[in-house]
Amino acid sequence: MKKRTVALVAAGTTLLAACGGGGGEPEAGGDTGEIAGDITVLTNRTDIVDTVFQGYKEQFESEYPDVTVTFEAITDFEGEVTTRMSTADYGDVLLIPNSVAPADLPDFFEPLGSVEELSETYRFVTSEQNFGGDVYGIAITGNANGLVYNKRVWEEAGVTDAPATPEEFLDALQAIADSTDAIPLYTNYADGWPLSQWNSNRGAIKADPEAPHQIAYSDTPWAQDEELNVIDSLLFDAVEAGLTEPDPVTTNWEESKVLMGEGKVATMALGSWAITQMQEAASDGADIGYLPFPYQVDGTFHSVANGDYKNAVNVNSDNKAAALAWLYWFADESGYAADQGGISPRLDGPTPDTLADFDTFGVEFVELAPAPVGEESLVNDIDAEGQIGLFSPEYKQRIVDAARGASGETKEQIFDDLNARWAKARAAVAD
Amino acid sequence: MSGVTTPTALPMKVSAGGKLGRRKDEAPQGRRRGSPTSRLTPYLFLLVPIALLVTFTYVPMMNMFQYSVTDWNGISKTRDSVGLDNYARIFTDPEYFRVFFVSLYYFAASFIQMALALYFATVLSFSTRFRNVFKGILFFPYLLNGVAIGLTFLYFFRPGGTLDASLAFVGLESLQQQWLGDRSLVNVSLAGTSVWRYMGLNFVLFLGAIQSINPSLYEAAELDGANRWHQFRWLILPSIKPIIGLSFILAISGSLSVFEIPFIMTGGANGSSTFVIQTMNTAFEFRRVGLASAMAVVLLLFVLLITWIQRRIVPDEKVDLT
Repeated sequence: MKKRTVALVAAGTTLLAACGGGGGEPEAGGDTGEIAGDITVLTNRTDIVDTVFQGYKEQFESEYPDVTVTFEAITDFEGEVTTRMSTADYGDVLLIPNSVAPADLPDFFEPLGSVEELSETYRFVTSEQNFGGDVYGIAITGNANGLVYNKRVWEEAGVTDAPATPEEFLDALQAIADSTDAIPLYTNYADGWPLSQWNSNRGAIKADPEAPHQIAYSDTPWAQDEELNVIDSLLFDAVEAGLTEPDPVTTNWEESKVLMGEGKVATMALGSWAITQMQEAASDGADIGYLPFPYQVDGTFHSVANGDYKNAVNVNSDNKAAALAWLYWFADESGYAADQGGISPRLDGPTPDTLADFDTFGVEFVELAPAPVGEESLVNDIDAEGQIGLFSPEYKQRIVDAARGASGETKEQIFDDLNARWAKARAAVAD
Repeated sequence: MSGVTTPTALPMKVSAGGKLGRRKDEAPQGRRRGSPTSRLTPYLFLLVPIALLVTFTYVPMMNMFQYSVTDWNGISKTRDSVGLDNYARIFTDPEYFRVFFVSLYYFAASFIQMALALYFATVLSFSTRFRNVFKGILFFPYLLNGVAIGLTFLYFFRPGGTLDASLAFVGLESLQQQWLGDRSLVNVSLAGTSVWRYMGLNFVLFLGAIQSINPSLYEAAELDGANRWHQFRWLILPSIKPIIGLSFILAISGSLSVFEIPFIMTGGANGSSTFVIQTMNTAFEFRRVGLASAMAVVLLLFVLLITWIQRRIVPDEKVDLT
């Protein structure tokens, strides 16, 4: 009897231990400051972790023979990593999840240096993922923002120049609708996230690097001629004129790439990261081009260049030196950005071929200005308080629904409601 | 109906305690030895399931209550207590309550679902040709994975999809429309999918109850000149009353917490958002885990409340047909 009791208790304890584990015991050996040891790199690129990334590993390890790199590719990167961040076990080098508010960065990531110092070498550090004057991540690649389009379809419709105003853009879409079988503009409504790409053009409309942050001081960010008004109106008007897919609720992202590649869809609002994916899905990659947002300031197009995910070092890492070595090597020498057709995170890096169209149209890049110190989270906070979701698809879906007459709301009603909610949330956050 | 996947809600009455009590008399040796551990043994056996229950149910639930009175964003190491502000917000802001109207569609659909299930269960409880095949066909959708069902029906409802094609085949082109794109139809289409999926479960519950009726009662009824309808009305219906009551509760709590089908098929777009989808968005899109926890607590309380009301209205009585 006694023996059995012991066994049971032991079983119970093991079980509890098993449940309590997973928190990740720190590995043996403290932080020595040497570039040596094992590091785990978390990545969202499940598609190339066993191919391209293995090449990076070999190159890196031949340069730093004392370091062993292990990759962990995660499909649901955002969701899984934010959960793991409540433990200490979230790799040594990882991409900073988008949902981490700037104020929380110091709790989870190692500061890399001051903004001033790093901005001499790297792009995107002044405005993104920094807090209190310190930089916490270096971009793996950079994107321009605008619209992916199928050149062949646009040419068939007789449009060869980039439209310079929203009206010209709508006319061009109308011409495509009239003279081709293609869907002029595809919203990718059902998947949701492609809709949130539209707002990445904030900053390019007014060619003002501070504009995206200025809305934190306005009670009416959707007033006439404001950036959000211009962007959302264009979407609304295109849908209202019937220039988008007939039933938006049943769209599919993977399918949309093929549709664009085959010329059945003419245009989609997406970051420049999408260009290579569209080219791969196209029968002739040369059909795919990139347009700036149809708006000009002083006769010039602008496009916001922003960083993709940023590599950062886990503040709990045991081999910070090795982790930092990987982080800088990845930005400086891996060539990841060029491989992906993106803008190099280094100021002296090459401009990618995918953006050759921008040279033709004379597009100037706008890199967003940093938010004032202490107010890095302000726009996010107001957005969350009002549950508007500048970066989530719901409010764009609402605009599409209204424009196709499904909800009975008018454009003015939506903008008034968004303004009212913004103003209310602003007041609540200021308290 | 939808979301009815909690077998814990079934009123299973396993009298484990009684058996353990009897065991004492059957094993007098244990008592003779007088060892206190012998009395402890059953509790030690219970330790494992209780540890699992506490770890995976009660501790997370306690955490949820704790989060619900804070402004935690799900990541931050610090969180401030905001008292009952989150609850006040849920009950004062109409935006959070509006989504409950969507539940009414699913609730209405659950009556159709139960009526169909009852009909099929009754028909198939008599000796019908191919009854086992039909039983299999009717129960099959419930075994399918919810994601697979969502995707299948997404193709079914899309313009030019299976439904439109079938309508065209029988010459009803005039009925073709945007089944998910039309705001007045989207919830009906989704609720229809839900009926398709969950009817099998109701069906099996009803069938089991009907088959437990003593066959001699039918025989007696037949001798008394009762036809099939009389048998249904006076024999079957009274005997399965408790199961119908249970299905009713599951239908209400299921329609309050509809999630899978609208989430996969429309992501809550086009006015098909439900309370659970709203909770998900609050927690993971807007990073307001505190508020979302409060919403989850509110939903839990609603379901408990409705269950309690139902237990008061329809007490758990023994059915006696003799």
